[in-house]
Amino acid sequence: MSKHTLSVLVENKPGVLARIAALFSRRGFNIDSLAVGPTEHPSVSRMTVVVDVEDSPLEQVTKQLNKLVNVLKIVELDPGQSVQRELVLVKVRTDNDTRPHVLQTVELFRAKVVDVATDAVTIEATGSSDKLSALLKVLEPYGIRELVQSGVVAVGRGSRSITDRALRPVDRVA
Amino acid sequence: MPQGQPARDNGTTMSGAASLIRSLEAVGVDTVFGIPGGAILPAYDPLLDSQQIRHILVRHEQGAGHAAEGYALATGKVGVCMATSGPGATNLVTPIADAHMDSVPMVAVTGQVASAAIGTDAFQEADIRGITMPITKHNYLVTDPAEIPRTIAEAFHIAGTGRPGPVLVDVAKDAMQAMTTFRWPVELDLPGYRPVTRPHAKQVREAARLMASAKRPVLYVGGGVLRARAWAELARLAEVTGFPIVTTLTARGAFPDSHRQHLGMPGMHGAVAAVTALQKADLLIALGARFDDRVTGKLSSFAPNAAVIHADIDPAEISKNRVADVPIVGDCKEVIGELIPAIEAEFAAGTRADLTGWWRQLDQWRENFPLGYTPSEGGELMPQYVIERLGKLVGPDAIYVAGVGQHQMWASQYISYEHPNTWLNSGGAGTMGYAVPAAMGAKTGRPDATVWAIDGDGCFQMTNQELATCAIEGIPIKVAVINNESLGMVRQWQTLFYDGRYSNTDLDSRRIPDFAKLAEAYGCVGLRCDTAEDVDATIEKAMAVDDRPVVVDFGVHRDAMVWPMVAAGTSNDEIQIARGMAPEWDRSED
Repeated sequence: MSKHTLSVLVENKPGVLARIAALFSRRGFNIDSLAVGPTEHPSVSRMTVVVDVEDSPLEQVTKQLNKLVNVLKIVELDPGQSVQRELVLVKVRTDNDTRPHVLQTVELFRAKVVDVATDAVTIEATGSSDKLSALLKVLEPYGIRELVQSGVVAVGRGSRSITDRALRPVDRVA
Repeated sequence: MPQGQPARDNGTTMSGAASLIRSLEAVGVDTVFGIPGGAILPAYDPLLDSQQIRHILVRHEQGAGHAAEGYALATGKVGVCMATSGPGATNLVTPIADAHMDSVPMVAVTGQVASAAIGTDAFQEADIRGITMPITKHNYLVTDPAEIPRTIAEAFHIAGTGRPGPVLVDVAKDAMQAMTTFRWPVELDLPGYRPVTRPHAKQVREAARLMASAKRPVLYVGGGVLRARAWAELARLAEVTGFPIVTTLTARGAFPDSHRQHLGMPGMHGAVAAVTALQKADLLIALGARFDDRVTGKLSSFAPNAAVIHADIDPAEISKNRVADVPIVGDCKEVIGELIPAIEAEFAAGTRADLTGWWRQLDQWRENFPLGYTPSEGGELMPQYVIERLGKLVGPDAIYVAGVGQHQMWASQYISYEHPNTWLNSGGAGTMGYAVPAAMGAKTGRPDATVWAIDGDGCFQMTNQELATCAIEGIPIKVAVINNESLGMVRQWQTLFYDGRYSNTDLDSRRIPDFAKLAEAYGCVGLRCDTAEDVDATIEKAMAVDDRPVVVDFGVHRDAMVWPMVAAGTSNDEIQIARGMAPEWDRSED
């Protein structure tokens, strides 16, 4: 198995997320992570889906996704040719002794503290999956009280846009 | 436009319900099968005034759905069914799933509870859009009356183009009650729906190159050829190439059974020559077929030495089960239309493999292993005989509609189909109870045609309530119940694989109900036949009735089995022509 990152442009309509999630589930594909949000076009949403599959099932999942009427375009992003980021918010136990060590870790990872309490700090960090898991590994001994993580979002490197061509209007009249 | 001539309207104020009916008229609908209920009630009021739409009041929503399928397959138009919210809509789920598996163009219109009540577990509320997501090509929930015309136009466009399929439109009751402005034509807003119909020229040339040099080619024809209405092109391709042809269960009739190049049906109960031709082929030309498990048997041992050309309008079918060497995405009519000149060019350039040896082999298989059955020892009526006689006496111009099970396989094997769209059945989903309502739909769409439902006693008891609809609405279908008093195909598997332990397959349906009396109770003619001597006369009698539906209860031998058979999960090489009897290949391959 290998991980693949798919950028899926979809119409911003009710039920689209359910269609995509249900398709993965009924065709037996596991989603590693899924992130969805608006794009520069109000009528279009963009999903970033990370799946763990071999090449030939990946082709099948892409074709099945393309059959969904609300799906506009699917692009697989090569990790080397794209920027891939996720975000983590982590609440770490601290006291007067450990706080300086935790803050030092935050600095080393270019993360930031977004909330402080007497016995905990909340840290926000973004980066690749590898960087974030390294950060969490270092913070773990202090005691992680709560952890929340976003799915991967990704964009291709360079000046090309995958939304341009997908949004070409198609003229059709009933 | 999928059908009909749209009426232009620059803006008329009316209710959402009236707008719904006007939209259905504008896309060319002439027949709707359905049942009213609370949430769909507003639509039924303007429907009463429609001059164009005939509404056929069925007895169960499942009947409406299968009738819409039968109508669609018999006419080539999009079939339409209508139901109310909740249980009305969920009763459509089976025919929608059936239409999805067999790519039948259908639009289901359902009423939904008022938009303010959606999500509150209101009376007769069911999330039918959510429920049907995996079994529709697309579906809609409409809560804004202004969206009704465009949604209907899109639904018909999606259902009838590309790979056809069912589309559900769920309309909230308040959207039907509110006033709106109806305008026609409307603009479709489907930026993500672009079916590819034109094949890639390079792929077509590559396919033609392989075809010209293949020594053991087979045209593997699926239901897509019928959906694409490509039978004339297929006939021409057969003529130009001289290749052997097999037609799958959903493609029966796409190519005449009587044609010398037709080897019959492949698959689990296929003809030995058809199954074996695929196994031994060096090239399969799959046209609108999807390498279904019932055709391939154990996939890893299917056609082991064949290169594959796979043409389908749905890119997701190509290389889904069997990797294609030459994938061609396109409509079968266009694909075959372009293959013909390409292969003619190859032949003209001097490339043409000699098929004499291949044909000699195929003819031997055909001759040595013809379709057949052994008469019962006790002289009981054989189901195969009944169906064979029916096909002979009724002829190839009638439409035959089967249920699911043994009788379906025999109807596929023992009737000679000569014309497209004369064989309707539930292939992919295997829906018992399909025959009576689908026959009703076919007869509605083609009132001039003789329509015979060939049903089992198990299937018949699932949907025979539609005989009331047929009798009252003047839809004189004919039904042959192949009554073996049991769930025959399941019983056959129990005989073969469960040591004859007949768990819950005995229906006792020679005793209860009395099908002939049941038919009479429904206002139909009920006939009975239990002996071979009476078969012809009974069929003639049924054929003589044209003012009412007819049901013939054929009491047949319950131990008759469907042969040939490739047991589930085994290789097609393991085909048996009778219990424990594999073909003697040595004799055939000398």
